[in-house]
Amino acid sequence: MTTNLIHWLLYGGAMGLIVIGIVGVVTLTNIFRIILALVIAEAGANLLLVIAGYRFDAIAPILTGQALSAMPTTQIMVDPVPQAMVLTSIVIGVGVQALALALVLKVYKNYQTLDLREIHHRMLADIDHSSGVISLLSEEQPKGERPLPEPETKNVLNSGGEK
Amino acid sequence: MRNISALVFASGLAFLLLVITWQFILGGAPMLIGEAILQQAAEELGAANLVTSVVLGYRGIDTLGEIAILFTASTATSLVLSSIAEKTSAKSKPGLRDDGTILASSASLFFPLLMTIGLYIILHGHLTPGGGFQGGVILAAAFFLPLLAVPGRGVNHSGLALVEGFAGASFIVIGIIALFQGKAFLQPLFGHGEMGSLLSAGSLPLLYIAVGLKVGAELSGLLANLAEPSGNGDETLSATESASTEQTSMQAEKTKS
Repeated sequence: MTTNLIHWLLYGGAMGLIVIGIVGVVTLTNIFRIILALVIAEAGANLLLVIAGYRFDAIAPILTGQALSAMPTTQIMVDPVPQAMVLTSIVIGVGVQALALALVLKVYKNYQTLDLREIHHRMLADIDHSSGVISLLSEEQPKGERPLPEPETKNVLNSGGEK
Repeated sequence: MRNISALVFASGLAFLLLVITWQFILGGAPMLIGEAILQQAAEELGAANLVTSVVLGYRGIDTLGEIAILFTASTATSLVLSSIAEKTSAKSKPGLRDDGTILASSASLFFPLLMTIGLYIILHGHLTPGGGFQGGVILAAAFFLPLLAVPGRGVNHSGLALVEGFAGASFIVIGIIALFQGKAFLQPLFGHGEMGSLLSAGSLPLLYIAVGLKVGAELSGLLANLAEPSGNGDETLSATESASTEQTSMQAEKTKS
């Protein structure tokens, strides 16, 4: 009974971290939070790998003391292969996070916001502007030459985002 | 509506993964490779830390690929951030900020301690928990700590690149030496030595030193790159720039319509 409970706690915890991470990546709109969600999903995947190599009543796969001389050791050890894989996966994760952070930094320098939808609209406006096309972002945007009040600078670019 | 669909998606995903989890075995899954490695690794490689013999002995090429990924990520990061750094340096560069003697001198105090711990962990990677990756991260922390204490100090990037290239090259050269001796690429060399002593496990400690130096150099360069472009004068510069682009885009739209 307790074994069953531990099984569900460990595997459920790892899977829960993965689910939290993936749902965060899919639903969040702040880019920095998306990176954090990615980190959580990665932690879940690493935890899953380590749990897969677990053995009951086992020690870490490192020979110490008497085990060094008595070669075929009788003590049960956990599986070293998942541990080695997690070791490399953590370092790769750090590299990926750093690259993602650098890209976020670059985006923030260009658009002064971290909101994904806002960035999308500003990027489309930029593309329209640089290709010389009239922005098609908003249906409600006034098209004709009417005596309109001078719009604020931001509204031109944001008008698509605000409903 | 958006929240409801997210909830449905999350519960579906969780259900799917829990169904998979139902079939997993806790503690005693039949891992044939792991069992075989546990039986043979000590005699074949002579490393007390069996994880090290997996990382460098049995999966050496995997580790090489992993180092290559880290190198790619670090290069791409510096490539992405370099344009921002140029913009900062074009503006008047913010001088060294003085955050007080205590912070600066404790950073200098921690530097040799962190270096010692990092090198210890790298050198004993084949005997105790730890190794090149973990020790390399501590080395990176040692180099990054003074940068945190005194922002804007800068890092010797060419020196880091030199260490990084040398370490990566020596990893590959050790692998190629094995080829010349009629063995497979990256197969451990130089016999076993006495198990449990510092000079044992053949070429595995050398490989781990290369990995440690490379990870340390790459991570400290990467962290320095991330820390550098946060200059003070940069915000106002880009803000005015974007305002001017918005102005021009507005005018352009006006003339079009």
